[in-house]
Amino acid sequence: MKFATTIIIGAGQSGLAMSRHLTDRSIDHVVLERGEVANSWLTERWDSLRLLTPNWQSRLPGYAYAGDDPDGFMTMPEVVQFLQRYAELALAPVMTGICVTRVRQANGGYELSTTQGAWRCRKLVIASGACNLASIPSLGAALPAQMTSITPLQYRRPDLLAEGGVMIVGASASGMQLAREIQASGRRVVLSVGEHVRLPRTYRGRDTQWWMDAIGAMDVRYDSIEDIERARRLPSLQLIGTPERATVDLNSLRKAGVELVGRLVDLRDDKAQFSGSLANHCALADLKMNRLLASIDGWVSVNTFEQRFPPPERYEPTNVGSDTKLSLDLVAAGIDTVIWATGYRPDYSWLDVPVFDRKGRIRHDGGVVSAPGMYVMGLPFMRRRKSSFIDGAGDDAADLAAHLNQSLTRAAA
Amino acid sequence: MTTNSSISTAAKVENGVNVTALLAAREALEKAPEAAQFKWRATCQWLNGTHSRSTIGKFFGLGTEQSRDKTFAVEADHPKIFAAEDNAPTPVELVLSGLASCLTAGVAAIAQRRGIQLHSVKASLEADMDIQGILGIDDEVRNGFGAIRIHFEIGADASEDDIKALVAQSQKRSAVFDIITNPTNVFVTVN
Repeated sequence: MKFATTIIIGAGQSGLAMSRHLTDRSIDHVVLERGEVANSWLTERWDSLRLLTPNWQSRLPGYAYAGDDPDGFMTMPEVVQFLQRYAELALAPVMTGICVTRVRQANGGYELSTTQGAWRCRKLVIASGACNLASIPSLGAALPAQMTSITPLQYRRPDLLAEGGVMIVGASASGMQLAREIQASGRRVVLSVGEHVRLPRTYRGRDTQWWMDAIGAMDVRYDSIEDIERARRLPSLQLIGTPERATVDLNSLRKAGVELVGRLVDLRDDKAQFSGSLANHCALADLKMNRLLASIDGWVSVNTFEQRFPPPERYEPTNVGSDTKLSLDLVAAGIDTVIWATGYRPDYSWLDVPVFDRKGRIRHDGGVVSAPGMYVMGLPFMRRRKSSFIDGAGDDAADLAAHLNQSLTRAAA
Repeated sequence: MTTNSSISTAAKVENGVNVTALLAAREALEKAPEAAQFKWRATCQWLNGTHSRSTIGKFFGLGTEQSRDKTFAVEADHPKIFAAEDNAPTPVELVLSGLASCLTAGVAAIAQRRGIQLHSVKASLEADMDIQGILGIDDEVRNGFGAIRIHFEIGADASEDDIKALVAQSQKRSAVFDIITNPTNVFVTVN
């Protein structure tokens, strides 16, 4: 059985940032990676996807984007290259092609079964990602048998879809982007919209992510906000990364011909039923967007930066029309494919340690898991609002590496 | 820190909602989700024609049968143009009243939580119905409402957007709004 003081599972941005901090502290470790460095970015993303954060915001400990298009958005091959280059430069001790199949507690540490033999460690960092599995609501089981049912993890591009129309369930980042490109490919697209977060791509001349960063919203800590569970459940922002820095919202999709319906609430006998709450979901999102824009405007005026930015603006309220369908016979409507853009969750099927809450989520305090010597990384709002962003990996890794180091030192003393 | 500030805002604002108790209940039920399982009940007695009287009393919740100080009676009938005696509102009007009351209660609770003093809340509701459905004239016409429109007039110490947000959040957390906008399985037995 092989040994490392610390084992990091996963060589994405989180695992690599943690490795970098452990290296800086001379803590012996390995990074076990089931595939290649940046494996999820490499194998589980659709073809046209670009990062939703601008290039300048791809910052990792001791490493940052250095190209000539800081406001652009990386394609997936560029993200993979960016992270692989980081792994090389940081001399990260990554062992690729090793899939961890089981982790259990043993001798004050952990024993790992892998596809390449057993490992033992004192400290374990789970950096295997927050989006390993697509969440499909249970009513999905009632989908008509002839219909293709896929998730964004399987989707690649429109011309690989079955012939007919597409119903996309979920209007957060993934659903909005897929609706946009599938509609543009000439298919009928029905988009089922529940709770969502609307934001323009740019505001007062800057990227929305730039504002969130500038006003300090991305650095807000998990222990400083009142209802962290709710903040962690917040759907992803309706954003798309394009060279034109386009805004994607329900108004623009509707104008392009996407049919908007409410949240999918029932499937029975080929027939889908949608909630009548669409107007309110849109009203909530419009109000939330305006609150964020107002806090940006407030930050600008408090700092007397008015001269540096164009004046404030407000956007058209979301208009879903008054003839929203409450039901649709999917077969009669020629829908051949349903795409479940209904969120993602981590896969912990290999983690045989009692650290889960009743919803199957890891119990942790800002990434410090309830089992001794175990850490998790990269989950939504795990330690800061930016925890699940590439830009958030560094600060979280610094904090957790310090915690890990302290507990090693205490044990040694 | 946060708790202190929310209590001090709550002390200034008085909408008659005990938010502290509601938040404590929420916290307790988060730890004991089985106690969150409630059962609401009503019994309805036919009087004559389309006139009926429902009695509402006991319910189940917090893991036990709950009784209250009194039982309530709610009557329903139909107007004279339906060849009825108009002893009471129609059931569909009671549905509108239920929706309005649910949303209004939500507005008050959320306003209290957000430290917004309410002065007045008035909801006006209108629902469309094509009665060819209930009369069986046209099978393609549904029995129920085609659409419901609600207009709130709210006087409160808050900005227009903050007031709009109260109403939006109230819809998001409303039981009756959910019951009306989403399907529910209904199981009926006889004798």
